Amino acid sequence: MTDTPVLSVRNLVVEIQTRHAVLRPVDNVSFDIARGEILGVVGESGAGKSMTGNAVIGLLDRPAQIVSGEVYLNGRRIDTLSPSDMRKIRGTGIGMVFQDPLTSLNPLLTVGEQLIETMREHLPISQSEARERAVKALEEVGIPGARERIDSYPHAFSGGMRQRVVIALALCAEPSLVIADEPTTALDVSVQAQIITLLRRLCRDRGTAVMLVTHDMGVIAETADKVAVMYAGRTAELGPVREVLTRPRHPYTEGLMGSAPLASLGQTRLRQIPGNMPRLGALPQGCAFHPRCNRAQTACRRDLGPTLAADEGRAACWFPVGATETAKDIA
Amino acid sequence: MSTKPAMVSVRNLTRRFDVSKPWLNRVVERLPKSILTAVSDVSFDIPAKETYALVGESGSGKSTIGKMMVGLLTPTDGSVTIGGVDLSRETSAKAMDAARERIQMVFQDPYASLNPRWRVRNIITEPVAARGGDTTGLAERLLEQVGLSAEDADKYPHEFSGGQRQRLCIARALSSNPRFIVCDEPTSALDVSVQAQVLNLMSDLKTDLGLTFLFISHDLTVVRHMADRIGVLYLGRLVEEAAPDALFTTPRHPYTKMLLEAAPKLDGFGRETEPPTGEIPDPINPPKGCAYHPRCPLAQDRCRSERPVLRSVGESRSACHFAEKLVAD
Repeated sequence: MTDTPVLSVRNLVVEIQTRHAVLRPVDNVSFDIARGEILGVVGESGAGKSMTGNAVIGLLDRPAQIVSGEVYLNGRRIDTLSPSDMRKIRGTGIGMVFQDPLTSLNPLLTVGEQLIETMREHLPISQSEARERAVKALEEVGIPGARERIDSYPHAFSGGMRQRVVIALALCAEPSLVIADEPTTALDVSVQAQIITLLRRLCRDRGTAVMLVTHDMGVIAETADKVAVMYAGRTAELGPVREVLTRPRHPYTEGLMGSAPLASLGQTRLRQIPGNMPRLGALPQGCAFHPRCNRAQTACRRDLGPTLAADEGRAACWFPVGATETAKDIA
Repeated sequence: MSTKPAMVSVRNLTRRFDVSKPWLNRVVERLPKSILTAVSDVSFDIPAKETYALVGESGSGKSTIGKMMVGLLTPTDGSVTIGGVDLSRETSAKAMDAARERIQMVFQDPYASLNPRWRVRNIITEPVAARGGDTTGLAERLLEQVGLSAEDADKYPHEFSGGQRQRLCIARALSSNPRFIVCDEPTSALDVSVQAQVLNLMSDLKTDLGLTFLFISHDLTVVRHMADRIGVLYLGRLVEEAAPDALFTTPRHPYTKMLLEAAPKLDGFGRETEPPTGEIPDPINPPKGCAYHPRCPLAQDRCRSERPVLRSVGESRSACHFAEKLVAD
């Protein structure tokens, strides 16, 4: 696409200053999300997925902070904005859906009050107009009897219904980007399927770009257009979802796909990646994945893997799977 | 049902919880008592050295069954018989104690189920030490058995990652030399690559030590990999029971079918299916007839009035009036 992407992240680095060391939970991450596109961000806990999302929307808690890199929303740089300007962007520019629907709603306000407050904060509309739109928003996310339930408190809704309210809340000011951080992890499979379908439909209808953070490869496969696989703060692999999942190039992606129980159907043992993801304070030298990698060579132990740009290259690996010959020239 | 002799046998297991408001509120607000039936009339057998899996969504009663199987909860009705000892009716303390020694449990959250102030050595050997058994070298042997190193015995739980902690929980469960282990969502808190390690460890132990497992999970793909037989729970009732391959290829209950279709597929690129409708109903006032009928695409008048019983359909058992029709479609 030649249009300006809705979200462009360039060489984003987030650091946490601790008493002992400087940690880098996000290290040199770049990606683009176009209008109506869904980017899946996968990885294990501690890979930096949520931290990337929070950095984009400007919700990093101290001592975590962006130390370099750029974030553009519709071509406008937003990582340098003041907190009050950033506040205006949240809601109209970027909507956010968090993992736990119970903690992202205020238990002391009715669902309607929360929706109306959000809309009036960002859009020039009257109270009654906002209420009308709130009812419509609830109907759109599939809450039965929206007109009656708008005056209920969050505790009166089930987990799945609550997550629908949170989605309505994220979308009500019509943002051009939605960051959904593990939106279905706390939900049952049947409800998860409902929420995923809903999110996909709403975004397609409105052309909203979505950054979907999850650890579930199945959800990514069914929902995302593009996928970024993260490992120890860096993008290990970035590309169209079908290619990355069916022909992974980075050994980590390959291992991740292989460890899913479905991939070893009919075998007595699952394929496993040995070891654990290193802690940020104790990253090995060279490629962070090399101690667990069966393809590791001298170059991997010495040099950090190649940094992935937003639009070129797929795997941040010196010896990508299925391309051994060409990779040898680089080494 | 399997013809092999059962190691564990569960009969008409039922558990009700009183979830009424306090007495004064009930009198003032004129509310009736409310009773939640978490598990209702569940029967199944687990043959020795096999893995039986219970799957279901939240609120289906799977953890309640698990707790009743190890004796953490007493059944309201029905029985759990393990190795010939009926846990809720056995009167001989000696027989009861012997039976309990052979039962262990692995919990879901490895962060909450290990005492942070105890050393790993004491945590692991506690089931033996509590009975006054000999624990010399036991911790070291168990740690190596679960893929950790003997030096880890003097560390504290916080020094381990999630997957390693779950290995510690497994080591603790193995210490009293059990025959039967209940695993309640043992890998739900773990990442996929670590989950694979823990599942492999469990399969190895099952083969090496000849253990019998009850495996509780909400993840159908994990269950398919681990189980010899799978029971699907809905609102406290067993709605289908089958061998893994049969369950996945020819589900005989519409709820199982829905679960299978709703689960995300690794190769389901851009898959657009009609998502399931509705949610699990309120267990205090479950629907009349078949509990699944408000969400079921096949529901007819009979389903709304008459509760289907669990009956044999081919090699499986299903609690659906139209189990035969479901397969034909």
